[in-house]
Amino acid sequence: MDLRICHLYGDLMSIYGDRGNVLTLRRRAEWRGIGVEVETVSAGDRLDSERYDLYFFGGGQDAQQDIVAADLAGSNGDAVRDAVAGGAAVLSVCGGYQLLGHYYRPFEGPELKGVSVLDVHTVAGRRRFIGNVLATAEQPLVGFENHSGLTYLGPAARPLATVVVGAGNNGEDRTEGAVQGKVIGTYLHGSLLPKNPWLADRVIAWALERRHGRVALAALDDTFEQRARESAIALAQRRR
Amino acid sequence: MLTARGQLALTASKLTRAALRATGRGATTLPGLVALTLHPGVAGEIARRLPKGTVLVTGTNGKTTTSRMLADVVRLAGWRPVHNRSGSNLARGIATALVTEASWIGSPRADGAIFEVDEASIVAVARLVRPSVLVITNLFRDQLDRYGELDTVARRMRDAAAALPPDARLVLNADDPIVNLVGEKFAGGVIRFGIDDDRVAGALAQNVSDLTHCPRCRARLRYDRVVLGHEGDYRCPNCGFARPRPEIAATRVDVDGDGTRLVLGAGEGAIVRVPLAGVYNAYNALAAIAAAHALGIGVDVAARAIGAFRPAFGRLERVDAEGRRLRLVLVKNPAGFNATVGALIGAPGSVRLLTALNDLDADGRDVSWIWDADFEALAPRVDWAVVSGLRARDLALRLKYAGLAAERMSVVDGYEAAVQDMLGRSRPGDEVTVLATYTATLALRHTLAKLGYAKEFWED
Repeated sequence: MDLRICHLYGDLMSIYGDRGNVLTLRRRAEWRGIGVEVETVSAGDRLDSERYDLYFFGGGQDAQQDIVAADLAGSNGDAVRDAVAGGAAVLSVCGGYQLLGHYYRPFEGPELKGVSVLDVHTVAGRRRFIGNVLATAEQPLVGFENHSGLTYLGPAARPLATVVVGAGNNGEDRTEGAVQGKVIGTYLHGSLLPKNPWLADRVIAWALERRHGRVALAALDDTFEQRARESAIALAQRRR
Repeated sequence: MLTARGQLALTASKLTRAALRATGRGATTLPGLVALTLHPGVAGEIARRLPKGTVLVTGTNGKTTTSRMLADVVRLAGWRPVHNRSGSNLARGIATALVTEASWIGSPRADGAIFEVDEASIVAVARLVRPSVLVITNLFRDQLDRYGELDTVARRMRDAAAALPPDARLVLNADDPIVNLVGEKFAGGVIRFGIDDDRVAGALAQNVSDLTHCPRCRARLRYDRVVLGHEGDYRCPNCGFARPRPEIAATRVDVDGDGTRLVLGAGEGAIVRVPLAGVYNAYNALAAIAAAHALGIGVDVAARAIGAFRPAFGRLERVDAEGRRLRLVLVKNPAGFNATVGALIGAPGSVRLLTALNDLDADGRDVSWIWDADFEALAPRVDWAVVSGLRARDLALRLKYAGLAAERMSVVDGYEAAVQDMLGRSRPGDEVTVLATYTATLALRHTLAKLGYAKEFWED
């Protein structure tokens, strides 16, 4: 069995430990004997919508985000939509999350158009949310947020988790992240996946389905993961 | 004469310092905070009385080492500089150094100042003390929760340059594109330093992606040679932005286990021996030489001072503990970590680690940077690692993903317990690397001092 991962705009959108998410996806597949290929597709490259099972799309700085938005306005935006329609799984964080929605509206200047595979939109906020985050989904989700964009969900997307500590999508409705089909968006880094292995495994299982059908993933020794997770949860509860 | 408010602030600040010292505590920032609270202008009033002027050293990595080297250089040139030696590099630390150095009526005993300044404080400090020289060592991704994105930091540097007096000079790293861009719009004099030796070449750090693109026009940069991270020989094929020729250039860099030998300029250039390992310390020495040049101090004096340099708190500082030779290395961001580890694994033999990760304000509250740091290069060389700090379990997990086997790690809460565990695993004569973030280094050093192995660092 093999898994093909695309690190989407990995040279432009990789901040806040995004590399750790890709590393976690790779290792957790490899530890189960699944062969993994990771390729970076960047602005100006032609994205082959048939090729990848899993897309990781991380965060970036404003300048880099402009380059990426411009690239996604062309044929690569269509390719991302085709890939999602074809059953690929997508995990996006922060800036990548925003660009998978309908648009990002800054205080000044034109709106950045997104690819609309998540029914969400984002507007610039005055305040920056920085700190530890604890949220509950099927299992607790723990990480760190650092964003000023305020993201709101439309009816086709459901929240990934409910905020216990922190701001989440917008600091108002206690939602964190979004899920729509096999597309996930979130504001959590830290990195997200190493300390939330259940989410990493969910994304890997979704991705394998595309070419290999339903796959039961073997259990791994997650002692280190659980300890890091528990101490981060305790810490988030003590100080944001 | 100081203004009346300045005098009041100075007196209150000096009383605070006297009280702290009398009770046996270090006084590296509180007296300055008192002064700044009562009258923010007092530091500037004292700084303007320094006849030889003030040098500010900022940047992501190398501030402490560069400013300490420069302080040694100017001292050898006959200055009596005031210097924030203890790494207290916010406005309050600088104010503390100035009020400590001034007499009770505000006359400075020093004749010049060398200050390292935190990147987030540089604009405020530049406005406060009106420096004659501003040195920018390099700019990398660092503690995003505190400093913001690299573009924000770069903007701050341009604001600081714009706040300089008209006759001030900028000293810039030619090999760092974003630092180099700070000089582009600067009206005054610029002195650049860099490494011109084609044999010093690394790979572009793909995981630190802030600078794969031109900081001026955003097209993809081309590198003919990469020295460290995004530092190297770069040019933009779109707008023509390119590495300029540095005035202070190392044309030969020979690295060995415990230092670097630099040849400056063409042909029979001056030779500088840098007694600290790692190419990043060669950059620090070049920054200090370039700053000395800006102050009219020759390379022969600079070379002599640098050759006799002793490292600062947590910068390859050595401590002996029961015959174990500890080397303290402060790490705080991916670029600094990669440079340090590059030097560490450049020497033969396996690596024994006492390592600690904290997430307090001074460390950066976001520990995600460890996932951008190249632990994969380090892990295969690690014999064992004692892992501690407030985020010990995050660090242990990072080491696991880098390939370090669980049985080679012990996760130990508490600094004293961690030191004891390290002593239990090692033997006299062993070299042990202490790799920790800022407050963890501070705490470990305090623990080592309590156990009788090191002095408290404000005694420097």
